[in-house]
Amino acid sequence: MTQETPTFELTERNGERVLAVRGDWTVRSLGSVAEDLDAIEGEPALSGLDVSSLGRLDTAGALILDQLLDGAGTTRLIGAHDNAERLLVQVRAASEPCDPVARPPGSFLDLLERTGRGTVHAWNETRNTLAFLGEAIVTSLRLLLRPNRIRWTPTVAVMEEAGLDALPIVAFLTFFVGMVVAFIGATTLADFGATIFVVELVGISMLREFGVILTAIILAGRTNSAFTAQIGAMRMRQEVDAMTTLGLSPMEVLVAPRIFAMVLMTPVLAFVATLSGIAGGIFVGWLALDISPIVFVARLQDYVSVSHFWVGLSKAPIFGLVVALIGCRQGLQVGGSVQSLGKHTTTSVVQAIFSIIVIDAVFAIFYMELGI
Amino acid sequence: MSVREAAIRVRGLKTAYGSHVVHQDLDLDVWKGEVLGVIGGSGTGKSVLLRAIVGLKTPAEGHVEVFGRDLTRLSGKDRDEVERQWGLMFQDGALFSNLTVRENVLVPLHEHTDLPSDMARDIADMKIRLAGLGGDAANKYPSDLSGGMRKRAALARALALDPPLLFLDEPTAGLDPITAGNFDSLIRELQQSLGLTVFLVTHDLDTLAATCDRIAVLADKHVITTGTIAELRQFEHPWVNAYFNGPRGRAATA
Repeated sequence: MTQETPTFELTERNGERVLAVRGDWTVRSLGSVAEDLDAIEGEPALSGLDVSSLGRLDTAGALILDQLLDGAGTTRLIGAHDNAERLLVQVRAASEPCDPVARPPGSFLDLLERTGRGTVHAWNETRNTLAFLGEAIVTSLRLLLRPNRIRWTPTVAVMEEAGLDALPIVAFLTFFVGMVVAFIGATTLADFGATIFVVELVGISMLREFGVILTAIILAGRTNSAFTAQIGAMRMRQEVDAMTTLGLSPMEVLVAPRIFAMVLMTPVLAFVATLSGIAGGIFVGWLALDISPIVFVARLQDYVSVSHFWVGLSKAPIFGLVVALIGCRQGLQVGGSVQSLGKHTTTSVVQAIFSIIVIDAVFAIFYMELGI
Repeated sequence: MSVREAAIRVRGLKTAYGSHVVHQDLDLDVWKGEVLGVIGGSGTGKSVLLRAIVGLKTPAEGHVEVFGRDLTRLSGKDRDEVERQWGLMFQDGALFSNLTVRENVLVPLHEHTDLPSDMARDIADMKIRLAGLGGDAANKYPSDLSGGMRKRAALARALALDPPLLFLDEPTAGLDPITAGNFDSLIRELQQSLGLTVFLVTHDLDTLAATCDRIAVLADKHVITTGTIAELRQFEHPWVNAYFNGPRGRAATA
């Protein structure tokens, strides 16, 4: 539909100020006349509005005309128009502006307030996560005493989805990290003529740290967010509430299977990750450093203690637990809106990666004190 | 009656999801300035028909003309032009949950017009009032609103650009009878004063009786008949009979 540009003309008729409007006054055409309208605003009120040559009019146009008339209503209309009078009456009834937008204050006090809120929030979050951990552990132990109450189907499904399906990516990434460690080690050690120590470097770092921590971080990005989104979507559609009313505990049905699956599968993934990382080291040693795979493996057996392997693997179930717990807890926190789902998924991944790195550091100190 | 001009003309429409055919050889006319109610049992594809007309679902066969332009052949700018002629109110409102009600109504205004922001805001506020919401609703987020208020906010957004054609998907579903009644009269009132053409999908017999000029019945994958409630009462079809002459049907049109 073509729009005729709206125009207006201010005239004096018998000493009265009359505004004659022409063209189409619709929501699409009003933009062109807005500036000119501002110019006549604030002048004395109009005593009449001539609509006899007005084209199309819609509610938006009627609202603007109503504002020009300053609420004088239809009494001052001059000339005839198809629907001007009816629209003006209808718009008049709805012309009262809604509440203004509340602007957040930006003062120094506001900054303090936000800092305070943030601190309290962080504290509450920690406390609630610990409370959730406690509840989850109690539920899990109770279920272990009565294994027939464990939901095996979802447990196995999660084991496949979060464990087996993650194997390729975990193996692939750690292989490359193993290569990188070997390369960096070799270039540094070559200066001392000690290239062969690459074996210890790759072996210890992979067994003790990288294998398990890379697995945990991949799981935090891949599985943790999936848990939050799944449970969050169920919260949004009130499925979790429905579960509760049917006498099913979300802790038993949703959280426990994920915890069991992750605690079981993370060590498996970490084990594969470690092997794959060492394979990356062997690959670089063989191709670039003239260390044959046989020499590499033999030296690994002689000089790298098996305790490194156990140290690394001992952390895996804890990381699995952390990923499952934080994913489920944030999922259960999701409210009704899409925004809340996004917010909690982000929080979930951030908290999981943060916790994994902090816990890893605590483990490092712990094992160092023990002298392992 | 004088020569009627069609706002929507559907010819030989076929829609399908995979091998499941929803519509086959569906013909339908919606005349300018009328309120057409579309009824049919659950799963007969009322909402799919609406989606096919507005282009959210691509038809497998057939034509959909809106204001004389074949939508199945339009693309790009021409299509945009037609799309701006209609407003659509989804069943659950489909308001943007990260925007307030006012911002929701402002979205089409900012996108498709060059109005200065204060004028756009005044217009948005007027639409919110026009849809029957109070002034305090403008700054609320959809999650803070009740079902009825959400529907009103969705109507305000659908009306933002004063479209001559309005699609309503189950506007009164899930509302209490009083709110639903108010909504019916609101739609009727707006339709008359703005001269709207309304395509209304509903289950609600009271809404049909209160708002619709004509009713189209969907069954057996096509529109089996159209007519007023009185005409449909005489129509011989088991579903139509059960619908209008059942206890609820009699009560609504008594």
